[in-house]
Amino acid sequence: MELILSAGIGALAASGVYLLLRPRTYQVIIGLALLSYAVNLFIFSMGRLRVNAPPVLEPGGAGDLLRYTDPVPQALVLTAIVIGFAMTALFLVVLLASRGFTGTDHVDGREPPRGD
Amino acid sequence: MLSVFILAPFGGSLIAIFFPSDQRGATAWFAGAIALICFLVTAGLYPFVATGGVLRFELDWIPELGLNFKLRMDGFAWLFSALITAIGFLVVLYARYYMAEEDPVPRFFALFLAFMGSMLGVVLSGNLILLAVFWELTSIVSFLLIGYWHHNAHARDGARIALTMTGIGGLALLVGLLLIGRAVGSYDLDAVLASGEAIRNDPLYNAILVLILLGALTKSAQFPFHFWLPHAMAAPTPVSAYLHSATMVKAGVFLLARLWPVMAGTEAWFWIVGLAGLTTLLLGAYFAIFQQDLKGLLAYSTISHLGLITVLLSLGSPLAAVAAVFHIVNHATFKASLFMAAGIIVHETGTRDMRRLSGLFHYMPITATLAMVASAAMAGVPLLNGFLSKEMFFAEAIETHLVNALDSATPYVATIASMFAVTYSLRFIHSVFFGPLPSDLPKKPHEPPRWMRAPVDFLVLACLVVGIIPAQTIGPFLDAAVVSILREDTPSYSLAVWHGLNIPLIMSFVALSGGVGLYFLMRSYLATGTEGPPVFRLLQGQRIFERVLVTLSWKWARSLEQRLGTRHLQPQMRLLVSLALAAGALPLALGGFRLPPLIVRGIDPAFALLWGVGIACAVGSAILAKFHRLASLVLLGGAGLVTCITFVWLSAPDLAVTQLLVEIVTTVLILLGLRWLPKRIEEPATADIPMKVRFRRLRDFLLATMAGGGVALVAYTVMTRPLVPETIAGYFLGQAYHEGGGTNVVNVILVDFRGFDTLGEIAVLCIVALTVFALLLRFRPHLDSLETPEQQRVQNAYDDDHPERAEGDSVAEYLHIPSVIMRWMFPVTGMLAAYLFLRGHDLPGGGFAAGIAMSIGFILQYMSGGTRWVEERLRIHPLRWMSIGLLVALATGVGSWLFGYPFLTSRAEYASLPVIGKVPLASAILFDLGVFSLVLGATVLMLIALAHQSVRRAARVHARAARPEREAAQ
Repeated sequence: MELILSAGIGALAASGVYLLLRPRTYQVIIGLALLSYAVNLFIFSMGRLRVNAPPVLEPGGAGDLLRYTDPVPQALVLTAIVIGFAMTALFLVVLLASRGFTGTDHVDGREPPRGD
Repeated sequence: MLSVFILAPFGGSLIAIFFPSDQRGATAWFAGAIALICFLVTAGLYPFVATGGVLRFELDWIPELGLNFKLRMDGFAWLFSALITAIGFLVVLYARYYMAEEDPVPRFFALFLAFMGSMLGVVLSGNLILLAVFWELTSIVSFLLIGYWHHNAHARDGARIALTMTGIGGLALLVGLLLIGRAVGSYDLDAVLASGEAIRNDPLYNAILVLILLGALTKSAQFPFHFWLPHAMAAPTPVSAYLHSATMVKAGVFLLARLWPVMAGTEAWFWIVGLAGLTTLLLGAYFAIFQQDLKGLLAYSTISHLGLITVLLSLGSPLAAVAAVFHIVNHATFKASLFMAAGIIVHETGTRDMRRLSGLFHYMPITATLAMVASAAMAGVPLLNGFLSKEMFFAEAIETHLVNALDSATPYVATIASMFAVTYSLRFIHSVFFGPLPSDLPKKPHEPPRWMRAPVDFLVLACLVVGIIPAQTIGPFLDAAVVSILREDTPSYSLAVWHGLNIPLIMSFVALSGGVGLYFLMRSYLATGTEGPPVFRLLQGQRIFERVLVTLSWKWARSLEQRLGTRHLQPQMRLLVSLALAAGALPLALGGFRLPPLIVRGIDPAFALLWGVGIACAVGSAILAKFHRLASLVLLGGAGLVTCITFVWLSAPDLAVTQLLVEIVTTVLILLGLRWLPKRIEEPATADIPMKVRFRRLRDFLLATMAGGGVALVAYTVMTRPLVPETIAGYFLGQAYHEGGGTNVVNVILVDFRGFDTLGEIAVLCIVALTVFALLLRFRPHLDSLETPEQQRVQNAYDDDHPERAEGDSVAEYLHIPSVIMRWMFPVTGMLAAYLFLRGHDLPGGGFAAGIAMSIGFILQYMSGGTRWVEERLRIHPLRWMSIGLLVALATGVGSWLFGYPFLTSRAEYASLPVIGKVPLASAILFDLGVFSLVLGATVLMLIALAHQSVRRAARVHARAARPEREAAQ
């Protein structure tokens, strides 16, 4: 399990980073989204992988880490997902505004001398 | 009682700014009343400090850092407070008449009072850091006051130079004070004054000394930092009289005197302070002779007198310290009155150029007489206060303190500088008040209003009285001040006019007669009207300053930028990724990282298959992102779904729900945005790609592989380690039910344990949504994107070909059945959102998930019916929802104050309702409601703001040149 998930995180991160370095703004947005999947999974995996562990307490009881999943990384990732969405939206709109303003979708706001 | 000194001026300053600008008199009386109250309080406190007592006032500020709001008044601070408040009151009175009708007077008096508060803060601070704070405040207010006539370029330049110089000094001072605090172990002034030995023996003593002196010497305009003061004369004259002669420039010598008992007496002190002081004394006086500007002459004379005080403090003998304090008071009196007299002349004649002024005695005999007396005090003529402190200076100058060249030179320098002082005083009087009647003045001069002259009357009277009977007037106050600095070292001194025929008297005589002689020798040169002193004229401090600034902030910065900087984003990103890689790899390499064993057992084939798909999606999305945007977006969604399933698989249902919903919204959002992107031409054949581009892609690929591999490696290593049981997670799991009243620990963490973080987070969401909204409000799409999309063109063409169809029918009927289903889904989505929200505290769900689910309901309506159709039927106010959400969340937090608990304390109960059964009722659910409302509002706002662009387009094609209309998502 650990091997598979870390390979997946690696692939997501590598695709994301590669796209971050590309010249077109749309590529950068997709790259950021991929990278945020990778980072969310990475943070989540810091609580170790648990299959079939109860995430919700018995009413009236107190939980411990041996029986339940680790809630802290989950709480962190939950907010990160929402903020990630907000960031994607912001970047998208900045991209659109920049495209309308400069007439190009190159990340520098102008086309390079010879096409890439 | 001491807090009055801070509260009254600063409070008054805040009030004064709100006076209407035509209320010149009222504002002045108000400011004057504040100054007078402060002065009366000071006077009332005299009995407490007269016998060496110290008044203290202390408030905890940041006690952990040893930083308390501590005010402390001893005799020395009292003397300064009295000077600041008394002269402050007189200057306010004077400024009432000096300021012109068109000047914004409330701003002037507000700044004036703020300065008074800061200056009182400097002298009363009982804590070194607090002192630095007030010190900076005086610099800033001085900047604002010098630049008061900000339409004048000279005023702006002068203000900038003054702020730069005193600001640099203030920074050095702060570091020096921090070092003192380190050496002593406390920032408390009482503790510092008691540990002189510790400071002088500190290994960093020299550094402390240099830093403190940088602060003090820049503030007091000592050589080589003197040049800012003449430029500060662009300020209104009351400011020059108050800040730049009587008080602020004295802050430097005040600090030297304050720290004198703990820092003086070493050889380094003697050399640095002495050399700076002597140079300033001599050069200031020399430069003053050659000024053509009335205020410039007085400014250089101020510099010179401050140099005199500095020299006295450098000597390290108690008697010299007494003379220094005495001269501080004397100089403040005669120089303030001279500045005011100069201001009257400027006010009445309209010029400050001494080449144009002459014979004014004829028009204003009283002012002329007052100015003559004050100038005589400045020159050190007997029976005036300036003479007394100058005699004390001479007496100290001839004493031998340390055997070296500087000490032997002091008496000669002192005599020559005094000679110059006589010369410039004489020049001031003679050229302004005597000689032929002026011919080309802008105004016809006459005596000023009575109350404008009153402050000058008073100060000149003080010069006379102190000069004739010093022991009975200034004596006791001076004594209290001196005792508080010197304590047991206080020497016996006598404040008499006549000490018999001794060397100081002879020096005075030489200086007086020499000065008069020098003036008559130089008259013909001065009459030529050349600006500035010979030889030194070429060496202008200001020009050097400007050149240094330009070199530092423009030339060097630009060449650095050209060499190291780039305007392209990609190299910067490459650099960032490489740095992140290095920062991640370095600690692993240094910490002896070993590869963990590969565990191949226990792999679920289904999970492996799932991630096979996931990895393919990720890589595919990366490859297609340039030429096949839609496909890339679909694959991105695939990777998101795999992530979502992973959360389900690994026991994180909350994350899975949120991820799924966010995935939907993100996809819709990007789909909406795709329309406005430029068309990308077809992919070139592989053979056509230039080598340079291939190399670049290969390099980025390697970089990305390294980054991905590194992340994977770290993730794998951590995951295969055993879990540490003692983490905060144990606490949350243990307390979630008993304290938070919920069984869904993740949700309880979000809305209860870490509710404050969540509050911050939704605020961020709110800001992002508003930014998106604002950006789209002024959105101008590129011309390419303006034409009707291809699909709609085809559909419209079909309508045109069939006579029975009206144009737009096909567009409206497109996907008719799915759109009916979507319409019907709206209540269901609402139900789902409510369900997710209500169960959130105990089962997976919660405000975030519910908010996004609800927003999907809305966006579905937009997709099925179109923008206009929805808005005719539904009232959508996302901005309102967002503000309600934020307010509800805040109110829940504030509500717990009402019950005496800290912000955002939650309370949980279970209530039994008929039919439904036991329902958790925690106050956190209200908070969650706020989260729900805000997330809903923010998501809907962003989505429909973007969706609205295609509606706005039609209007824009017709009125492209007109201002974009403001409709969007209102």
